[in-house]
Amino acid sequence: MTAAIELVGITKRFPGVIANDNVNLRVELGEIHAICGENGAGKSTLMKILYGMQRADEGTMSIHGEEIHFSSPTDAIAAGIGMVHQHFMLAEQMTVLDNVILGSEPTKFGGRIDFEEAEKHIREVGEAYGLKVDPNDLVETLEVGERQRVEIIKVLYRGAKILILDEPTAVLVPQEVEELFRNLRELQASGATIIFIDHKLQEVLEISDRITVIRRGKTVTTVDADSVTASDLAELMVGSELPSPETGDSTVTDEVALSVTNLTVLDDDRRPAVDNVSLQVRRGEVLGIAGIEGNGQTELIDAIIGTAHISTGIIKLADEDITKAPVRHRRESGLGYVPQDRHQEGLLLDAALWENAALGHQTVAPFSHGFWLDRTGARGRTEEIRTDFDVRTPSVEVTARGLSGGNQQKLIIGREMAASPTVLIAAHPTRGIDVGAQADVWNQIREARSLGLATLLISADLDELIGLSDTIVVMFHGRLVATLDPAEVNPRTLGSYMTGAASQAEHADQVGGEAQ
Amino acid sequence: MNASTLRRIALALAAPTIAAVVAIAISSIVLEVSGSDSIETFKTMLENGTKLESMIDTLNRATPLYLAAVAAAIGFRMNLFNIGVEGQYILAGFAAAVVGSKVGLPGPLHVAVIIFTAMFVGAAWSGLAGLLKVTRGVNEVISTIMLNFIAVGALVAGLLPRFIDDPTAANQGTPQIAESGWLPNLNGFVEIFTREITKGRHLTGVFVLAIVIGIIYHVIINRSRFGFDVRASGMNPTAARAGGVPPKRMVLIAMIAGGAVAGLVGMPEILSDNHSYDQGFIQGLGFAGIAVALLGRNTAPGMAIAAILFGFLDSSAAILQVSSLASSEIVVIMQATILLVAVVVYEVVNRIKQRDEVRRAAQMAQAAA
Repeated sequence: MTAAIELVGITKRFPGVIANDNVNLRVELGEIHAICGENGAGKSTLMKILYGMQRADEGTMSIHGEEIHFSSPTDAIAAGIGMVHQHFMLAEQMTVLDNVILGSEPTKFGGRIDFEEAEKHIREVGEAYGLKVDPNDLVETLEVGERQRVEIIKVLYRGAKILILDEPTAVLVPQEVEELFRNLRELQASGATIIFIDHKLQEVLEISDRITVIRRGKTVTTVDADSVTASDLAELMVGSELPSPETGDSTVTDEVALSVTNLTVLDDDRRPAVDNVSLQVRRGEVLGIAGIEGNGQTELIDAIIGTAHISTGIIKLADEDITKAPVRHRRESGLGYVPQDRHQEGLLLDAALWENAALGHQTVAPFSHGFWLDRTGARGRTEEIRTDFDVRTPSVEVTARGLSGGNQQKLIIGREMAASPTVLIAAHPTRGIDVGAQADVWNQIREARSLGLATLLISADLDELIGLSDTIVVMFHGRLVATLDPAEVNPRTLGSYMTGAASQAEHADQVGGEAQ
Repeated sequence: MNASTLRRIALALAAPTIAAVVAIAISSIVLEVSGSDSIETFKTMLENGTKLESMIDTLNRATPLYLAAVAAAIGFRMNLFNIGVEGQYILAGFAAAVVGSKVGLPGPLHVAVIIFTAMFVGAAWSGLAGLLKVTRGVNEVISTIMLNFIAVGALVAGLLPRFIDDPTAANQGTPQIAESGWLPNLNGFVEIFTREITKGRHLTGVFVLAIVIGIIYHVIINRSRFGFDVRASGMNPTAARAGGVPPKRMVLIAMIAGGAVAGLVGMPEILSDNHSYDQGFIQGLGFAGIAVALLGRNTAPGMAIAAILFGFLDSSAAILQVSSLASSEIVVIMQATILLVAVVVYEVVNRIKQRDEVRRAAQMAQAAA
């Protein structure tokens, strides 16, 4: 039997990073196939290649046994592939009908849009696949789950037989997830093939027939969903080999550098994203936060940095209450920050490296002198960062855009470390960078730790968490559900806490730096 | 000098050169199609434009254009689309004319009071839009456009009758400001280097003010911490915020500073030409200023060149009409063409530059590895 989709040896390189490295994927006709892997593992690049948005450097792609080359999504749509994006692309002030036919309107004589025909067709599609939506509703009146259904109808309307869903559950509440899964099963029953991208293990196990795991740009394996557990998957996703526990003695002191007490942060829908979290990080300690993405880590970081609105709770830097302090004051008081998305939060891509090195530290020496920027001082410091942190660049005058991901990250780590912070918030500090740069970053954090730096490390890479942390806490659904000793933990137990299968919830409110 | 340096210099020069060549080509086609002799037209424009009196005229026109461009650019630098320069300068000009005619003070002080009034009113009017954005989240494009209508259509139109000097005059305006409130022209200074300026042309004293504002703008944006915050907010607001730049305060300060500079746009009229606000008060400079800011890439030197270019084209309109070589509207077509072509060419050159840089950094990394 020929596969619906077969990818062989797909390789895609970006400057300094290999996003996909010899990826192989075989999706059978009529199955729900999940692609699983951490953010930055290469899932989205692979899907972009499959959907014609990017071109692979190497490898072949065939659909129903026929080799094909897409140069744009239009080609992919013509070949029967449809993509449901994570972020909806709908015009809110238009009706469902308008949105669905937008770009492929049926016309009748004289070029007028044939709305009757369109509505009939949409109802047919809806009934055939069990997707209930009134074509005449305004999109702005729809719930999130319904909007997603509109997106799915949109691709079905265009004749798609193979659907790619990019993290479809990220925006849904549990009831909506159930509804989506019901829809997907009906779609499957009517002969559609579905590729489901996600990193929420329970969901992946529930909905898919087979699962392909991608790690650091490579396909690890393809497994039957029935034959694995969430912990098995977690292990496959992050790698099973336990790194040798950190040598060097513990440098943890008694001095609390950062404390968070009963912190609650609400998301846009007024639901608690961070739910009554308390933690302490002491000088010389690395506190690792483990958790599947989307469990409140981002909101926790934003609250500590000062960019999120805090609902209740207290944040203290050493003895100072900074709950209401502006970001700048926090940074000046010694809070360093390595953001999770360097392009979005960390860099001015079109500015020179020395200006990037100043970002976040522009109010202090050597970057400024009173009202004025100290350009000589800033360039000097950037040269130091370049040497000390091995940032490979022709000069400090090139724009940040010119550097590879690893070098951009080293610049960010360098600028934060060079400012000698007392507390460092490091979110996924080695995401999307090559192995060499990764080791450099780890060493920098270890070194700073021995000098008394308190680090809050948020990571999805269990190797990294176990290798660097003095204590690991697990975040699940906005709460801290477990405190673990990295010397004793293994990815399997960590995985079961991360997926909510196990919990020490009764202690959740008191989890802190001290292991219990 | 190695090949890559040469390439960079060539790229930097390419943008304006290509823009100029393409703009001239398109304008020539328009001229020919409309039945004019393009070569003759350009020749006349150049010959006329190099006369001393025309150059003075060009600078007089460039001065308020430049001020309007700087006013808009302050916001543009941080992705704040202050479309309200138009309303800000008209309201400010009116207020300055009224205040200037009511007070009697010794020379320099009188001028200072007028300038201060204009800057204050411009800043307050613009600050209103900033306040709306910061407190109520109102988009500044919408609020500044609305405020333009309120300033010009309601406030100035409604208040002007109360301050009219001579109700029987054909062109009704505020009373003329006493001579102590006039800014001396720069003819004496220019004549040191050239010959006597004839035809009653005077280079406005505000020209000096525009240069000073340009220098201050350049230095603040490029050399100060505040300027760094402005540029960072413009390039990546999320990163700027994480880097401690207070977004709301930045919006307020940028709007107020832009408004203060906008207040100066009407000053040549008030301090040098009419010495009053009347119904013939020059309009449209706010929008022309936006075009100049766009053409000059929001940089002080770039906008200066763009303002002089636009000023030159504006001053050519008259000679084209007189010589009946071409319709004076051709000038507007040229301005629009230059702007359009420049925006496209800059974008193309920018992409080539970026690609070069990525390649160079990648080569470096490979060489080091």
